[in-house]
Amino acid sequence: MEKQVVDRAQQAFLSGRSRPLGFRLQQLRALHRLITEREADIVAALKQDLNRSRFDTPLFELIGLENEIRLAESSLSEWAAPRPVKKNLVTASDDVYVQAEPLGVVLIIGAWNYPWALTLQPLIGAIAAGNGAVVKPSELSSHSSDLLKELLPQYLDKEMYQVVTGGIPESQELLRQRFDHIFYTGNSIVGKIVMEAAARHLTPVTLELGGKSPCYIDKNCDLSVACRRITWGKFVNCGQTCIAPDYILCEPGIQQRVIEGIQQTLMEFFTDNPKSSPDYGRIINRRHFDRIVGLMEGCTVALGGQTDSSECYIAPTVLTDVSPHVRLMQEEIFGPVLPIVNVSSIDEAIHFINRREKPLALYVFSSDKKVIKRMLSETSSGGVTVNDVIMHYTVTSLPFGGVGNSGMGRYHGKHTFDQLSHHRAYLIKSLAMESLNQARYPPMSPARLKRARFFMQTWLCSCRRLACVWAAVATMVALGLLVALLVVVLKVLFCLYVLSFHI
Amino acid sequence: MESHGKVIDRLRTAFRSRVTVPLEFRLSQLRSLLSLMEENEAQILEALHKDLAKPKFEAVLSEIEMVVNDICYAIDNLKYWVQPDYVGKNLATKLDDCFVHREPLGVVLIIGAWNYPLQLVLLPLVGAIAAGNCAVLKPSEISQATEALLAELIPKYLSQECFSVVCGGAEATARLLENRFDHIFYTGSQAVARSVLQAAAVHLTPVTLELGGKCPCLLYGQLDIPAAAKRLAWAKYFNAGQSCVAPDYVLCSRQVRDVLLPALQQALHHFYGPQPQRSVDMGRIVTERHWSRLMDLLGRSGGRVAIGGESSREERYIAPTVVVDVQESDALMQEEIFGPILPILTIESLEEGIELINRREKPLALYVFSDESKAVSTVLEKTSSGGFCSNDGIVHMTLPGLPFGGVGASGMGSYHGRWSFETFSHRRGCMLRGWGLEKINVLRYPPYRDGSLSWLRWATTTKKKGWSSCSVM
Repeated sequence: MEKQVVDRAQQAFLSGRSRPLGFRLQQLRALHRLITEREADIVAALKQDLNRSRFDTPLFELIGLENEIRLAESSLSEWAAPRPVKKNLVTASDDVYVQAEPLGVVLIIGAWNYPWALTLQPLIGAIAAGNGAVVKPSELSSHSSDLLKELLPQYLDKEMYQVVTGGIPESQELLRQRFDHIFYTGNSIVGKIVMEAAARHLTPVTLELGGKSPCYIDKNCDLSVACRRITWGKFVNCGQTCIAPDYILCEPGIQQRVIEGIQQTLMEFFTDNPKSSPDYGRIINRRHFDRIVGLMEGCTVALGGQTDSSECYIAPTVLTDVSPHVRLMQEEIFGPVLPIVNVSSIDEAIHFINRREKPLALYVFSSDKKVIKRMLSETSSGGVTVNDVIMHYTVTSLPFGGVGNSGMGRYHGKHTFDQLSHHRAYLIKSLAMESLNQARYPPMSPARLKRARFFMQTWLCSCRRLACVWAAVATMVALGLLVALLVVVLKVLFCLYVLSFHI
Repeated sequence: MESHGKVIDRLRTAFRSRVTVPLEFRLSQLRSLLSLMEENEAQILEALHKDLAKPKFEAVLSEIEMVVNDICYAIDNLKYWVQPDYVGKNLATKLDDCFVHREPLGVVLIIGAWNYPLQLVLLPLVGAIAAGNCAVLKPSEISQATEALLAELIPKYLSQECFSVVCGGAEATARLLENRFDHIFYTGSQAVARSVLQAAAVHLTPVTLELGGKCPCLLYGQLDIPAAAKRLAWAKYFNAGQSCVAPDYVLCSRQVRDVLLPALQQALHHFYGPQPQRSVDMGRIVTERHWSRLMDLLGRSGGRVAIGGESSREERYIAPTVVVDVQESDALMQEEIFGPILPILTIESLEEGIELINRREKPLALYVFSDESKAVSTVLEKTSSGGFCSNDGIVHMTLPGLPFGGVGASGMGSYHGRWSFETFSHRRGCMLRGWGLEKINVLRYPPYRDGSLSWLRWATTTKKKGWSSCSVM
């Protein structure tokens, strides 16, 4: 079945109808209508999948998608246009440019934590870039994936963009097929499997993975604002966000104030009974619930800690005096549990971060520019927000993606378009001026070789020992013009002088 | 000899010490690499001659000059490349700094190929150095003299703590690939590329694959055939046809073919004289095994040799050869030729040519010779390839402004010039916020109300073209 789906998408792509910009814009507008007209259905599905409130859904998924579609619509002709590049002497009269072209059929494997954003945002880029697509939403957010399967063919070209639902067997069957790009969002373990499957067909991949995103709080910062922002980013979607601050690093001296700041913010956000707040979510399923509860074992609870397995509810929880060696610190938490690890200095914090895999996001809270600079220059991560969390994700002109274990490739805005395109190099020459080519043809002679070397240079003025020819030529021409001007001026003056005698 | 693991550990320690990060270090290493090229030209030419009987002319243009130009290009521009890119902001982030910062990846592996043994290792190395990485170089063992020369010269000119050359064959490469790198850059065949990609998957290592394929060359409509023949012959027989971007086969009408053949004959005569085997400008096949493969292809071909066909096993020589009356099912059309044999297939129309091209894997390069710009644009719009060049061959890859790389079976990723720098960099999206305007942030915090959602929609919706949009999630 999966093979037939892929074959249909291939045939649709080979028909060429996804290439014209008009078609792509029409599909983007249709996708926009899907999101706006069916918002209520999407909200209902997410309520069932993740206990999302009706505010969370537009806030965290739909508004972002609408913005991305608008950006693609308004910028598509610019993105798809030829991009000229610098020429050299020999190609001075030629057309030299790079132009994005579609790859073919893209496989998009979504994740369950933001089931709409993480499948449709890559799809927007795939459509904009002129590709066909097969979308495989996560089976864990089953209401959303069933709804997507029902809605997408109602709005978009049925053959060009298809949805395949199902679990591991369906995903494995899909991965046996040949695609022109695979875009996967999820965890590193499955990321390796996806890349290995892609290797068989030499298919390029984008992997948006995760990891433990550290959050360093410097003693020199506005702690109450920091705590509010961190609390928001950590507990949104019940901690099930790939760029949620996974753990805090701070000096022991401020730990208590951090806990108090978080506690106060939690009260403001969710009242003293988060379980009853309509704005507080749930863990996706029992398996993940058990996993997170297991991670908390043996740790000191400073805030929260209550759980209810019947609802997959875990209270917003803060753990203190966490040892770097516990299981909690070995894997991505992906839940509403925030450990605080003590470090004695920024040096220790940097060392701590660098001993671990490169995370998807890194956060620093500090009013000290030197601290910020050090953190940025001495660590690596997919992205960074300083003095807030998550927000770098929201700026479409910033590339969003991981590095090392947190992923490869990037997207958002134009970056998605570029990621899902082939940037073809073009050199358009004419058959004229064949004499210029003589220098490169055999038979070799020292004079010909010298000429050929000269013409190969990109710049006439560069680091090479060869003199700045243009500068020399320009200087001579300028001097010549200056002399000519002087002669003319002198002649005019002389004529005027002579005339003055006659008058 | 140091084990691979120890070499990589040493380089990783050096990388962690951040010695490769400062601009000055990168520039000094690039300048040293430039000195390596300039001070050892004679030895380089000798090694290339030993490996491939590479004519001096070709070696200077395609190996020495290519590398020297790229190094100079990087030295001249690196200070601009490393600058952060400040990106468009919006209402909500007006007071923030949003920029993209390019950072080194770590320790990268560069696996070269034998056909341009210097260029295919050193051009990626330029990008790796420019981007602030450490690198392990694995030149091809088939071009032994160049491999040995690189192993001798690289430690003399570059920092031994940061750059290392590993020699050996397929087994050594396989063992090397068991280690973890931060990027793998491979040039070579599709079969080996699959194993490289599989090994990379184990560690989630990103890769660049510069592969090959059959690069088609279409001649159509009105065209200056003598000029086309010269350019085609030059591109095809350069390095005895052993170039990943050599025109692999020609598609043209019978009429064009009949005029093309004598023009090619003339061009070859002009280049190599009446006896190409005696010309110092004609290369040789790299090994006897490769020579035998080519002779076998020629033997199994159902076509007719119209030009050339002479060969010599002792010299690993094959004359510049043109084969006509070749069908799509011919032996010469089943694999990348990678030698001085040019099959010509006749087509009745441009569409037929395009369909033939599209029935095959996407090639690394695609060539069209025509004076009719409509024909050129039809082909480029209806096909795909790594790169495209009209009315010439190969030269598009000499421009550092153009990305050089494949698509589909011909590869992934690209390099040359700034593209090499980007390949070996991580583009980190950074946002620096201040403490103020916390009141605006209130809109995104729970408890959620209808009112705040409307405000948020208003504040974050993209309103104007050119404004980067912002959403809360």
